[in-house]
Amino acid sequence: MCLAVPGRVLEITEDNMAVVDVGGVRRMVCLDLVTDVRVDDYVLVHVGFALQRIDQQEAARQAEQLQAMFAREPGGADGT
Amino acid sequence: MRYVDEYREPKAAQGLLAAIRDLAAGPLRVMEICGGHTHAIYRSGLDQLLPAEIRFLHGPGCPVCVTPAVRVDQAIALAERGCIVCTYGDMLRVPGSRGSLRQAAARGADVRIVYGSLDAVEIARRESGREVVFLAVGFETTAPANACAILRARALDLRNFSVLGSHVLVPPVLRHLLKAPDTGIDAFIGPGHVSTVVGSEDYRFLPEEYGKPVVITGFEPLDLLEAVLMLLRQKAEGRCEVEVQYRRAVRAEGSPKARAVMEEVYRVQDQEWRGIGPIPRSGLGIREAFHAFDALRRYERDLPVEAEEEDARAYTCGEVIQGVKTPLDCPAFGFGCTPEHPFGPGMVSSEGTCAALYRYRHMDREVMR
Ligand code: SF4
Repeated sequence: MCLAVPGRVLEITEDNMAVVDVGGVRRMVCLDLVTDVRVDDYVLVHVGFALQRIDQQEAARQAEQLQAMFAREPGGADGT
Repeated sequence: MRYVDEYREPKAAQGLLAAIRDLAAGPLRVMEICGGHTHAIYRSGLDQLLPAEIRFLHGPGCPVCVTPAVRVDQAIALAERGCIVCTYGDMLRVPGSRGSLRQAAARGADVRIVYGSLDAVEIARRESGREVVFLAVGFETTAPANACAILRARALDLRNFSVLGSHVLVPPVLRHLLKAPDTGIDAFIGPGHVSTVVGSEDYRFLPEEYGKPVVITGFEPLDLLEAVLMLLRQKAEGRCEVEVQYRRAVRAEGSPKARAVMEEVYRVQDQEWRGIGPIPRSGLGIREAFHAFDALRRYERDLPVEAEEEDARAYTCGEVIQGVKTPLDCPAFGFGCTPEHPFGPGMVSSEGTCAALYRYRHMDREVMR
């Protein structure tokens, strides 16, 4: 129930709602709990609300670190 | 799916597991507070991939599981007197002391599943001749969304909408668990989505007062593995602090807007936790200014105030919810108590420990014993 899934904001509509692409499905999402959300931002969607904007720079930094982890053990990385 | 798939990458998982194996020295018992983490751990099999020294203890963070049985009884009572009762899907099968909402619906009560709180508001707007009650449960993640429903209903001047709430807070239940003399907990995986709202500061008391490190964590396998590695590093380097692994979504201050909405609509109150008992100042009640939207006030005279005796077969539920026992210690687990016929709340929500284990591990049960 506390699940929140990331989606991309496609359009901001009247009444502080947004159309969000969540894994290929378009959903109406309420923006009442966030500030400064723009089209093309990624947001975490929880029970019909945008809970938080995803910090894309931070995510990119983290991805680099994880990449480094993988580089650490080429032999063990057999894709299983 | 962007921001999901990259955190499921098997090769990076191997790298993280190798780093964890290098660093694991001695037993580390990690409590994941949130039911979403419990679910993710079983789904990805992390409990079996990690070195044996690292054990997960499952915490009380499933809002469906800790909602008092009386709240279900009250929802049924309102449905039976003709209200439309809307709720999140997981709440339907939760047994109250006199059956579940699903059973009430089978007897003809008007019970509807909503995906979000605003769907309940929309039903009230469309069916203006009926009374609509939204059975709303949740931790700090969902409480703001449920509060928004009240604010929007007020803006629309809806007179037929109210919320039957059971909102609970994470920090007080952790303090409650840590009061036990030997908790067996060495460290915490902090709740990622609760923290998007409240931020990371609220957990400082865990390292500072109880000497337990916390890493606030996302919900994909790599998130959880990185969090375990971060906890091991803290231990190896002699640190004990709050760290955030879920940096793409959690800021130190959380979400000021969501906090403000919560503050406007709710006040902190004492709260009963199913399977645990009463915990002072651990829940959220609806403020005086919104009493017209508070089902507990509105229907005060018609509601049962206490649940009947709980099902005696479900006797380990409370200990499982508190992480003291695992579902495997429960004689009913898989024998009688199943997701289709749950005895206790832990078997209902997919985030309940019993349901998560049942779904992903029931087959290995004999092997695990
Ligand atoms: S298996 Fe069923 S009866 Fe046993 S602890 Fe879990 S919910 Fe309760």
